[in-house]
Amino acid sequence: MSGIVRRAAASLYAFTFNLFERPMLAAQRAVGMRRVAWLFLLPNLVAFALFTFLPIGLNFVYALTGSDAILLADRPFVGTANFASLLDCASYLDPNSCRRDIFWRAVHNTGWFVLLQVGFMVALALVTALILNRDIPLRGFFRGVFFYPVLLSPVVVALIWKWVLQRYGVLNAGLEEIGAEPVNWLVRADWAFFWVVFVSIWAHMGFYVLILLAGLQAIPAHVYEAAEMDGTSKWRVFSRITMPLLMPTMVVVLVLSLIRAVQAFDEIYVLTGGGPGSATMLVLQYIYETGFASQPRLFGLAAAASILMAVVLFVLTLGQLWLTRSRAEGDSR
Amino acid sequence: MKRFLTRRRGRYRMDWMDWLSWGYLVVGLLLMLGPVLWLVLSSFKTETALAEYPPRLLPLSAVTATVEGHDAPLPLFDITGGEHAGRQLAEIRRIGLEAQMVDPAAPGETISISIDDRTPAREFKLATENYTSLFSRFNFMLYFWNSVFITVVATILTVLVNSMAAFALSKYRFRGRTTVFLLIIATLMIPPTINLVPIFIVVSELGLVNSPWAVIWPAIATPTGVFLLRQYMLSIPDDLLDAARMDHASEWRVYWKIVMPLSAPALAVLVIFSMMWRWNDFLWPLIVLNRSDEFTLQLALNSFQGELQTSWSNLLAMTVLTLLPITIVFAFLQKYITTGIAQTGVK
Amino acid sequence: MAQLDLDGLIKDYGDVRAVHGVDLVVEEGEFCVFVGPSGCGKSTLLRMIAGLEEITGGELRIDGVRVNEQRASERGLAMVFQSYALYPHMTVRQNLAFGLENIRLPKGQIVEKVAEAARMLQLEEYLDRKPRQLSGGQRQRVAIGRCVVREPRVFLFDEPLSNLDAELRVTMRGEIADLHKRLGNTMVYVTHDQVEAMTMADKIVVLREGRVEQVGRPLDLYNRPANLFVAGFIGSPRMNLFDATVAGVEVGALKVKDAQGRAFHGAVAVDGLSPGEAVVLGIRPEHVLLSDHEEEDCLAVTVEGIEQLGGHSYLHCRSDAGASLTAHVAGQTALRRGSCTNAVLRRAFIHVFRKADGAAFERQVIGEAA
Repeated sequence: MSGIVRRAAASLYAFTFNLFERPMLAAQRAVGMRRVAWLFLLPNLVAFALFTFLPIGLNFVYALTGSDAILLADRPFVGTANFASLLDCASYLDPNSCRRDIFWRAVHNTGWFVLLQVGFMVALALVTALILNRDIPLRGFFRGVFFYPVLLSPVVVALIWKWVLQRYGVLNAGLEEIGAEPVNWLVRADWAFFWVVFVSIWAHMGFYVLILLAGLQAIPAHVYEAAEMDGTSKWRVFSRITMPLLMPTMVVVLVLSLIRAVQAFDEIYVLTGGGPGSATMLVLQYIYETGFASQPRLFGLAAAASILMAVVLFVLTLGQLWLTRSRAEGDSR
Repeated sequence: MKRFLTRRRGRYRMDWMDWLSWGYLVVGLLLMLGPVLWLVLSSFKTETALAEYPPRLLPLSAVTATVEGHDAPLPLFDITGGEHAGRQLAEIRRIGLEAQMVDPAAPGETISISIDDRTPAREFKLATENYTSLFSRFNFMLYFWNSVFITVVATILTVLVNSMAAFALSKYRFRGRTTVFLLIIATLMIPPTINLVPIFIVVSELGLVNSPWAVIWPAIATPTGVFLLRQYMLSIPDDLLDAARMDHASEWRVYWKIVMPLSAPALAVLVIFSMMWRWNDFLWPLIVLNRSDEFTLQLALNSFQGELQTSWSNLLAMTVLTLLPITIVFAFLQKYITTGIAQTGVK
Repeated sequence: MAQLDLDGLIKDYGDVRAVHGVDLVVEEGEFCVFVGPSGCGKSTLLRMIAGLEEITGGELRIDGVRVNEQRASERGLAMVFQSYALYPHMTVRQNLAFGLENIRLPKGQIVEKVAEAARMLQLEEYLDRKPRQLSGGQRQRVAIGRCVVREPRVFLFDEPLSNLDAELRVTMRGEIADLHKRLGNTMVYVTHDQVEAMTMADKIVVLREGRVEQVGRPLDLYNRPANLFVAGFIGSPRMNLFDATVAGVEVGALKVKDAQGRAFHGAVAVDGLSPGEAVVLGIRPEHVLLSDHEEEDCLAVTVEGIEQLGGHSYLHCRSDAGASLTAHVAGQTALRRGSCTNAVLRRAFIHVFRKADGAAFERQVIGEAA
């Protein structure tokens, strides 16, 4: 049975690629061997040009023009008015002082979210990876358990927790069982924010556990054996051997999770819709709502907000490149 | 059992660190899988059982009986106290603290019972209608098909386009190669989320809004895919390609007959990632697919949960069906996926 | 079958010239070996002939037709790679058939040709195996088979035996020589191993740093190396070389003196030599005679090391002037480390090279068997 399937797949594969044989041969003859590489690069470059490079330019153009028109010709140049509108705050420490827009509220929320989510998640991922790296039965199973939510779609993640957290959900029932007061989790602002952070950690931690685990397993066993021969205490093994050797991986994990956290949106949007009020609205949701979900569609404002977010991401990525580069140099030394 | 759990490869007994680790793992297990299992169990409950508070663990539903002289089926109760203790009676109506009940075997006689003396009779019953009605009433197949179409087509195109580019970048020496490679790596720094507005403009100028191609085209050229495949293809010896050229193979044939089959492990990783990306995609489809008959499963789920009179029974069933494919794939390919991610650091 | 003409072939990698204008004719049916130390450009030259490297300058002709611009597959050549380059995902049968499928040969013919090649190379049992299930020698035969089925005009071999162990190398050397005898094709063979070159070639091309040092039949190269490089490269153990000065010139004979003032005579053409000129004296180990008393053309040496091979022995000696000298002795020797003896350099077999550019002066004695 599987033999038939495999053969069918193989002949389908051969048939499909054979279709391109003659045109590609003709093209190869036409451009010559020296430029044949461009033939293979072409589809990818076209896609990049259309959906990555062109948009980068357009982003600035839209950020500097106003009105809700989609066509460039209909959009008047407004200079930095969009940015001014986003950043029109009396004090940047108090989002309530912004007169025109709730962007700064979203920035504020995102800042706290990034701080809490990344901090707790990386710490928990480290603990989990250290435990899973121990010589324990069922290791593979537990690794799978912690990783499983990573694969779930954000909508599914949000619905799973929405069902648990609803007013008459299993969590409140459990609380009442032990005599505590039930809470309307997603309606109270502080609790909603807590659960947004919690669910986000729940959904993404497994990925970082996996990377840290790979980092831990890359530490050669003889280093530990040498330490054991020296009679090093467990704590010293951890603080003087494991952690320094794991540091490069930790840096990668930290930066990757920071970059992801700044762009958090999906599960939070489905879980709380940014509510109650705008208590859990993050920057990406602001961009989505401003540019696409509300009428009129304020593309300019959304583009301007995107650019501000891009600047943060750019700095983070440069930081990563810088840190990993100095690591590579360290390796070669 | 204890031997198994305390088994260690080393020579020593379990110490307190091991017990602590075990405690952590058990709590983790409950926290990670508990909510998912709760969702799955709940999806088999009837709407009335779902409304029950506090909820019960298993999908138990009230037993009813048809009693002569009553049109609707009546709920059955076990009598726990009073003179009728031990009998099973059907309830006709409740008046204050008393319930008027009837014995289904003797429908003529009405019995009055204190409501404290009775508990509802329950039986284990899977509400499979939650699932079946998805197909009959909710157009589930349409959303499912939309998701499958986007996932499969986008994955095929992603693999094709990225592998061609990776082939060019790893197997040819030409002027501009480094530039192109750096350009592609640089796009790793530009996540699509910061280009939402302009990509939407491009897509709408191409007339693709509200078509699955609006999701597919912007997704096919992934820098991660090119990077991953290129690194792998670098390890294929150039002699093989030269041998094929001596064997009269055209460059295209070298690509699909030699390089592609030899890159199978890396291609498999990209296929799995791409399927995961597209199946779970949310924000971008949310922006470009506005008509409900173009919705993917994720969008359909989101729009159902947003409706005011949410029918939790169907919503839960649909959620379970949405996480099912990924779960099955994970169950079979766990090792492949986890090592793939650990090696590449890509999600 | 075909004749290859290389006419001033040049290869540049950016500013670096890897091949400096190679002129060469490989006759039809000839087994031609390119030999030289690693990095001498021999593989590059072969890949230029194959069409895998672009030709920067000069002209390459196959049967008189310029092929510079033709792609590898259009030149009608086949090549055995150093790594064999067997397609790892295909069975032996598919490996053999791949090239034939590419030219869209009818199925029946493909089957026929594959079967014939498999029979010839004794691969029939392995046709359905993958390359990784084969031994080194079998892989080598598949790589050759892949060329054979194509019936190419010229066979190209790029160090095909370097991945095999010593014993297998000898066997495969014989098989390739047999193949050449049976098919009669023109073959070009690249190796860094001068033993392979000596035993297999009709014609040897010695290359160094992208230049041809000498072209000739194996024994011609051995007997009449054109320069110091070829003299040192061909022959194992190496030719003994030491510095000397011209002391006197007679007709057909040369008298030289070493640093100690000892005189030696060589039977070489003396045109253009004048007394006082610095030269390098060369003598192969088998032309050094050990003698217990002093003679003409002799050198007092101390034995520093002995290789007893049973059938013959090599003695590594050092003269009192500090020059090292290896002598070949038939049979076994009674000399010990530290023994003092006299080494006689046979006059008829002395090679003389000009110190300045390494060029050889032609030897006068032809009969090498003497």
